[in-house]
Amino acid sequence: MGLQITVNLNGKPVTDFIDPDTTLYQFLREHYCYSVKCGCDTSNCGLCTVLFDGRPILSCSCLAARADGHEVYTLEGLQEEAKEFIGFIAEQGAEQCGFCNPGYVVNIIALLRENPDPTDEEIKEYLAGNLCRCSGYEGQLRGIRNFLNSRKG
Amino acid sequence: MFTFKNYVRAKSLDEAYELNKARTNKIIAGMMWLRMSSLPLQNAIDISDLGLDKIEQKDEEFSFGAMVTLREIETYKPFCDYTNGAVIEALHNIVGVQFRNMATIGGSIWSRFGFSDVMTFFASLDSYVELYKGGIIPMSDFIKTKHDNDILTRIIVKKVPGKFIYKSMRNQKTDLPVLTCAVSCLAGNYRVVIGARPGRAMIINDEKNLLAGGLTEESIKNFAAYAEGVTPTQGNMRASAAYRSHLVGVLVERSLKELGGLK
Amino acid sequence: MKTEELKVVNKSVKKIQGESLLLGKPAFTDDVAPSDALTVKLLKSPYANAIIKTINTSIAKKVPGVVDIYTWEDVPKNRFTTNGLTYPEPSAYDRLILDRHLRFIGDPVAIIVAETEKIALKAMKLIKVTYDVLEPVIDFRKAKDNKVIVHPEEDWSVPFDTHTSSKGATLGADQKRNLVASGVHSDGDVDSVFKTCDVVLERTYSMKAVSQTPMENYTTYTKIDKMGNLKVLSSTQVIFHCRRILAKALGIPVSKLHVERPRIGGGFGAKGSVVSEIYPAFATLKTGCPCKMVYTRKESMTIGSPRHATDVTVRIGAMNDGTIRAIDLYTLLNAGAYSEQTFTVALLVGHKSIPLYTANLEAYRFAFEAVYTNLESSGAYRGYGATQGTFAVETIVNELADKLGIDPVEIRNKNMVREGMLMKSYDDVEMANACALDRCMEHCKKMFNWDEKYPVRDMGSGRVRTAGVAMSVQGSGIPGRDIGGATLKALEDGTFSLTIGVADLGTGSDTILAQMVAECMECDIDRIQVYDPGTDFSPYDSGSYASAGTYVTGQATVTACEKLKKILRFTGAEAFDCNLADVTYAKGYVECKKNNLRMSVSDLVYKSQNDFLHPLQVTEQYTAHISPPPYMVGMVEIELDKATGHVEILDYCAVVDCGTPINPALCRIQTEGGLAQAIGHTLTENVTYTEAGQIMESSLMQYKIPTRLDVGKMRVEFESSYEPTGPFGAKSIGEITINTPAPAIVQAIHRATGVWHRDLPVTPEKIVMSTKEKN
Repeated sequence: MGLQITVNLNGKPVTDFIDPDTTLYQFLREHYCYSVKCGCDTSNCGLCTVLFDGRPILSCSCLAARADGHEVYTLEGLQEEAKEFIGFIAEQGAEQCGFCNPGYVVNIIALLRENPDPTDEEIKEYLAGNLCRCSGYEGQLRGIRNFLNSRKG
Repeated sequence: MFTFKNYVRAKSLDEAYELNKARTNKIIAGMMWLRMSSLPLQNAIDISDLGLDKIEQKDEEFSFGAMVTLREIETYKPFCDYTNGAVIEALHNIVGVQFRNMATIGGSIWSRFGFSDVMTFFASLDSYVELYKGGIIPMSDFIKTKHDNDILTRIIVKKVPGKFIYKSMRNQKTDLPVLTCAVSCLAGNYRVVIGARPGRAMIINDEKNLLAGGLTEESIKNFAAYAEGVTPTQGNMRASAAYRSHLVGVLVERSLKELGGLK
Repeated sequence: MKTEELKVVNKSVKKIQGESLLLGKPAFTDDVAPSDALTVKLLKSPYANAIIKTINTSIAKKVPGVVDIYTWEDVPKNRFTTNGLTYPEPSAYDRLILDRHLRFIGDPVAIIVAETEKIALKAMKLIKVTYDVLEPVIDFRKAKDNKVIVHPEEDWSVPFDTHTSSKGATLGADQKRNLVASGVHSDGDVDSVFKTCDVVLERTYSMKAVSQTPMENYTTYTKIDKMGNLKVLSSTQVIFHCRRILAKALGIPVSKLHVERPRIGGGFGAKGSVVSEIYPAFATLKTGCPCKMVYTRKESMTIGSPRHATDVTVRIGAMNDGTIRAIDLYTLLNAGAYSEQTFTVALLVGHKSIPLYTANLEAYRFAFEAVYTNLESSGAYRGYGATQGTFAVETIVNELADKLGIDPVEIRNKNMVREGMLMKSYDDVEMANACALDRCMEHCKKMFNWDEKYPVRDMGSGRVRTAGVAMSVQGSGIPGRDIGGATLKALEDGTFSLTIGVADLGTGSDTILAQMVAECMECDIDRIQVYDPGTDFSPYDSGSYASAGTYVTGQATVTACEKLKKILRFTGAEAFDCNLADVTYAKGYVECKKNNLRMSVSDLVYKSQNDFLHPLQVTEQYTAHISPPPYMVGMVEIELDKATGHVEILDYCAVVDCGTPINPALCRIQTEGGLAQAIGHTLTENVTYTEAGQIMESSLMQYKIPTRLDVGKMRVEFESSYEPTGPFGAKSIGEITINTPAPAIVQAIHRATGVWHRDLPVTPEKIVMSTKEKN
């Protein structure tokens, strides 16, 4: 039953039948991408951020049907790229509860692909749609800054 | 929870238009607002395959397909240059990059939401809305129209030489605005647009020719006071009518000063 | 041990599981819960006060995929509380799983169990309910002695008041008066001291029912396990209290229940009440099937457990030289529809604010009243009453300083509590054993550059810069009523495993406790395993609240380490055939220098398994009879736009005395997090109601927590004292961090505009309109 879609998920084609009104978020959780979280129902929190054809989007606000024939990356498929910098955030203890982490880590990847050497202001601006209630954000910024500085040698 | 029975990827505008006539069918654009509606639909009509995702630049105009995202617009350099960066100021506060990668110019304008930064800003440009059946009409007319079953296909912006300033007041940086204000000088003519009143954006015409003699401290002050007086405002969760009216004066004055280089 | 000799404690080691969280590995309840669960949804009351006349679920039950629907007729009739504190809970037993009498908009009417969420929502629309709609009490200032009684039921009771372990304390509740709690605590005669004061100020300060807003919504999974017991996986701060409360609510023995918590996606007190667990647990008991309930954000924000909306009226008596001689504080709290944690929250309003001014205080009086209303029930939120108390006391001191023309730093230096002083207004009276508040002030003043930033500076075009200051005190656990537990085992590979009952909400408590073990056992932290808690295998622990983790459970952990070391030595002594006194433990080895024998922990474990000399596992529990307070000073610099009312936080400096910071990086993050939350409740987080009692700000679109663009620069440093009763000299840090921003920012806004804002949040509109009015 339902609608058949094929999504290139984390580098592999995934074909499934879905209800037409399934969101991409629901589809991803059903396909074991547990890094993708839901924190609101109003497109405000950024927890469900994934890369859709390389661009960061909110998977809760996207129909799975629209991902048919497209490429979607969740943090599960971006592990190596994430490992380059997450240690710097962990050094600050800025992961805190961890629930918002996957969303902003994916968005940091998007940011650094678009702008490999951002200023602090550019970082804050790009990540503004990723809410975090634990850390106060400063530690995340210090972590990213330390990573960027380490890259400069 | 947003629910519907069928997902239809329209193969032509005509198909989309025919389907869209039924009240239980709806065109989905960015879906950012639609997803929050609880009205169950029969058909969700996707117009993603109709080539409406292109930005085009000609000698005299920019053309934005309805499905172009807000993020594509704010990172489109020729348009940023034309608006001397005002477009970035108008769009960058909208929730976050991810949201703006999904929200479309067509959805934003078509919805005619009162709080729309997009509507306020585009109304300050020499811009036009292209409707599938209704043809090309000026934005200044479109913002006064009611919703019907037509389909918005393009936004056109004429490259009239000009200067642009955009300002908004928000209680929190990425919140919906308490008030929006866009001012422009298009071929020597000033235009002031106020949105999030919280009603729909409206153009404040200089009916008393207060700015006819150019932008001076005094003419700006007078016009700001005039705008404050003639702009209807109301209260809602975010602010009262009185505060909004006060902000009309403040933002208009500041914007015009910046436009006139008087800062 | 001196702090400089410490190897692992007092070091910023990376958090256990930190990198795996950053890589998005499945760890949270909804990630680890099996996918076989039915979905549980609630039909909620559309009225703030109503009686269900009739309810018909027969059509809804016919929807394919609906398993069952329960109403008030199906649930046990014994009242309970969801207050996640130690038994006897200081609450009225005023709840049923589903009640025929609905007491706020959102109060559950029916529990729907279905195969999917979509089906459950479809069925929800088909339940036919008729209501007898009653007049609600919405305004908590009019609730006391109102003709509308929120809890008229006959089986309402307060077991706490009659329980022997409550030591004669009572809540001061009276259901006929809508009173949830009341009382007066005092020392000396404030009225006569006021008579001889040069100046007496009286002001009222108000705070809204702000939401904790952890990023993870309330989530619970339940099933019947292979033993036939009810197993609960839940995002809870209090596994043992959760088990006891569920047993009571469901009417089943505690022994038939098992509660585990996976990682928690933030709590801040929200998950210290039993909020989402009861409904799926009931559904599983009835259906025998695994069930899951994930609250929507709207549910978390409307049927959760927010901060108590509070009015605090303070009278302060002082001399012209700034000597503060008496404080009289009255507070009125809104409990909402249920009693919950109201009594204890109320106590903290006075007891965790007045002690700041112990130095010259001749008398204090602290009176509290808390009332039922037909609004969402309040619970625990970081700061827990101290936040409201601090806002009031610190602001009136700033107002006093302004009136007397004294620098607010100076008036504090003159009156603040210092080490060795007896804090009579602290709950149970406490000696300030370890107190570096004076050093915090000095340090913060220098780091912030107070003398330059405090004056109002005109930046042009209507923008001004200026500063504000505030101090804070909190507690470390609830003395005599909270117990920390730790089970420590030596393993075959020479490592150690720590099993605890506290929940790491993201605070880093797992890591901090592992650091303590590593320090005691003289090994690297990666040789310590910490296990997620469960009621069947964790030692009893009251749970993660009241800033108890580091201080209370930490002390249990240290004691367990000392005991395990002794057993290791004992085992060695028997193996070496020598006296215990000649055997030492160091770095994973026991050694007898006398006959030059040495054994590793690994060998000792095998030895103990073979010959069963002594079990190499220890369980220790600890309860403190005092609650040593951490202290803190916060200073803020703002830029205020007089024309729009916008406040930009430029710089927030905080200096904290949490005793020895066990992990300075984590203490710093905790502080920054608390500051950010408080910047939210001071400036942007608003809660308003419709006339009918519906919360308007029920989503993250309308309820605005700060983004990273709203918080400004934060700088956090420490000024340590050494708490003699704490593990390695440590005290708590979790809650105190949220208290200083409101009074400090409000003071800065007054500096910039000349107006004191005594109602939070201070929105740009309030700033502009009040300034207009003033001129």
